[in-house]
Amino acid sequence: MKPFTSLTSSCVVLPAANVDTDQIIPARFLKTVERRGLGAHLFADWRVDEQGQPRSDFPLNSPSAVGAEILVAGHNFGCGSSREHAPWALLDFGFRAVISTGFADIFRNNALKTGLLPVALSAAAHGGLLDQLAASPRARVAIDLESQTATLPDGTSHGFKVDPFARHCLLNGVDELGFLLKEDAAIATYESAHPARVSTR
Amino acid sequence: MTRSANMSPPETLVDKIWSSHLVRPETESTPAVLYVDLHLVHEVTSPQAFAELRTRDVRVRRPDLTLATMDHSTPTTPRSNGHLQVLDTQASTQLKQLETNCDEFGIKLFGLDDSRQGIVHVIGPEQGLTQPGMTIVCGDSHTSTHGAFGALAFGIGTSEVSHVLATQTLLQRKPRNMLVQVDGTLPSGVTAKDIILAVIAKIGIGGATGHVLEYSGSAIRSLGMEERMTICNMSIEAGARAGLIAPDDTTFEYIAGRPFAPTGADWDAAVARWKTLASDEGASYDRSVQLDAASLAPMITFGTNPSMAIPIDGRVPHPTDADTSAERVDLDKALRYMALEPGQSLLGRTVDVVFVGSCTNSRISDLREAAAVMRGRHVADGVRMLVVPGSRNVKRAAEAEGLDRIFMEAGAEWREAGCSMCIAMNGDQLAPGQSAVSTSNRNFEGRQGKGGRTFLASPLTAAATAVAGAIADVRTLS
Repeated sequence: MKPFTSLTSSCVVLPAANVDTDQIIPARFLKTVERRGLGAHLFADWRVDEQGQPRSDFPLNSPSAVGAEILVAGHNFGCGSSREHAPWALLDFGFRAVISTGFADIFRNNALKTGLLPVALSAAAHGGLLDQLAASPRARVAIDLESQTATLPDGTSHGFKVDPFARHCLLNGVDELGFLLKEDAAIATYESAHPARVSTR
Repeated sequence: MTRSANMSPPETLVDKIWSSHLVRPETESTPAVLYVDLHLVHEVTSPQAFAELRTRDVRVRRPDLTLATMDHSTPTTPRSNGHLQVLDTQASTQLKQLETNCDEFGIKLFGLDDSRQGIVHVIGPEQGLTQPGMTIVCGDSHTSTHGAFGALAFGIGTSEVSHVLATQTLLQRKPRNMLVQVDGTLPSGVTAKDIILAVIAKIGIGGATGHVLEYSGSAIRSLGMEERMTICNMSIEAGARAGLIAPDDTTFEYIAGRPFAPTGADWDAAVARWKTLASDEGASYDRSVQLDAASLAPMITFGTNPSMAIPIDGRVPHPTDADTSAERVDLDKALRYMALEPGQSLLGRTVDVVFVGSCTNSRISDLREAAAVMRGRHVADGVRMLVVPGSRNVKRAAEAEGLDRIFMEAGAEWREAGCSMCIAMNGDQLAPGQSAVSTSNRNFEGRQGKGGRTFLASPLTAAATAVAGAIADVRTLS
C-alpha cells in the first residue's frame, strides 16, 4: 500500500447523499480478477450516456475535474455492497481522498486498507467547502494526515478523525496483513484453547 | 433474556461473542485481533485475495474453516445434460479462477455441478455450518443473514478476505449495540420482509452505521428461521454491518440433523452452550428502536435506496416534506429516476418483471408463500416472472412439493439457483426503463440492470403483482 501523508489538490464535487457502491462501480464490472483498470468504469452509469458518450453535466467529466485527487461527496458515501472494487476504482481513476460528512462502515474500512483516505468533516465545514468550491471550482484543499486536518480554500483548518491504527498504517505504509501474520503465535495459542466449532471437510 | 449467576456486568449477545473470540483485545492504538470461526468465499470478491496470498507465498491457515461456492455470476438458465453453460467469458474466467484457487489452497468448493451449490447465505445455514455464537465472515455485505442464528456475521472487503484466508483473524474495532424491539402479532399478509423494510425506513439508510442490530421482541420470537434470516439479511441496508437474534428452540430445531451440525454428545454440549447466548437482563444498548408488528402493512419501496419504503396502500412522499434539504434533493432525484410523482399511490402501477429470489427471499418458505398466491392463477400478459431458488437443495425441495409446476403452469420461469437478478451479473437483468417488483434487498439505481427500476417487496406482494400485472396488495387480491 502506498503511504499517505499529505495531499494538496483541487476537487471534484459530487454532493449527492447516500451514494452507494453500485453507483461507484456497477456490478457488471466486478467480473474481473484484477485490482487495476476499474477507473475506466468509475461511476459508469452516471458518467456515460446510453450512446456511450460522456455526459457533459456530470462533475467527473467537467474540465475542472482534470488532475483532481480529492472527491467531495455527500453524507453516507459508499453505502451498500462490500465490494472493495469501489475504492480500487476511485484510486485507479486518480483520487487519493474522499471528503464527506460520513462514510458507510465497510467502504471506510476498505478505503483505509487500500490507501484511499476517507475524511469526515463536520456538516458546517463540509457545507462551507461546498460553497467555496461553487465559487472557485479549481480551488485547492490541503489534507494532512499527521495532524488530521483539512485546510479549505478560505484558509480555515478543520480536524477529522481516523482510527489511530489505520492512521499509523497509512502514514508508514504498514500493511495490515503483514501485521496480522506476525500474530501467528497468539493465534495458535487461541486455537489450541478454542476447538473449531465446525469443519467444512 | 438471562442473567448470569456471577457478578460480572450484564452483557449483550454481541459482547459475549466478541469477548470469546479475542486473540488480542483492542487498545487505543490497535484494533482487536478477532478470530473467525467460518469463512465463506465466492467467485467475485476472492480472486484478488488469493492473488495476494500467492504474492506473499502464504498458505490458507484453516481451509477446514473455509467453504467456497459459486453464486453471483452463475447462469440460472436450465442445465444441459446436467451442466450449466457459462457463456460470459469474463464470468467463466472468474469461476475457473475460483476452482483453481480452491484446488491449490485445499478449500472445499460447492461448484456449479455440486448438488449443494447455491447462494452463499443460503447454503451456510442449510448445511448446518451456521451455528449460534460463531463469528462468520464473507466478502459480501449480506453476510449479516447468518446473524439469525445468534452468530456475529458480517461482510468484509477483499483485503480482509486475504487477512482471514492467511490468518483466520481480522483487525476489528468493537461495534456499538442497537436494540430493535418488535412486539405484537403480524396481521395476515404481512411478513418478515415487511418488518425489515419498516425497520430500515424508521432507522434510515445510514442510521445504524457503526452498530450491530439485535432484533428482539415477541414478533421476532414467533418467526421461523428463514424469516429471521430475511430480517438479519437486510441489516446492512440500515448501515449496520451485522444484525442478530438470540438463539432459541426454533434455532436448535432448524440446525438439528443438518449435514455439518454436531451430533450425539457434541450436540448436547453445543445446545447447552448455545442456551447461554442471550443478552443478559439489564444489558445496555447504545440505542434502541421499537416497532409494533400489529400496526404493520405490507411494505414496498418507491425510491432508490431500501429506506425509501411505504405501506403498500400508502402514498409516495412529497420531497417538500423532507426534514433537511439533503433529504429533499435525495428524494427528488429518486422520484425522477423511478418516474414517480409525489403523493401518488403505487397500487396499479404496471411492472415488466417480477423477481422472486436472492439471499433475502429465496428459501423454501419464500417459494411456498409465492406459490400459494400463484396456484390456479396466471402471470399477467406482458409480465415476465422469474423464480430463482437460493440453492440446488431448495430447488429440489420445491420440486418435490410441486412448487415448480405451480410456477410454470402460472407462466413463470423456474430457474437454477444463484443470485440472478438481485445483482444482475449473470445476464438476468432489466432492460433500461423496465420496472420490477423484486424480493431482493437493493433498489439502487441500475442494481437490476442499467436503467432498470426496482420496487422491493415480500414474496407475497411479488406474486400478487405478477398476477395483477401491476403493483398489488395481496390482502385484496381477487
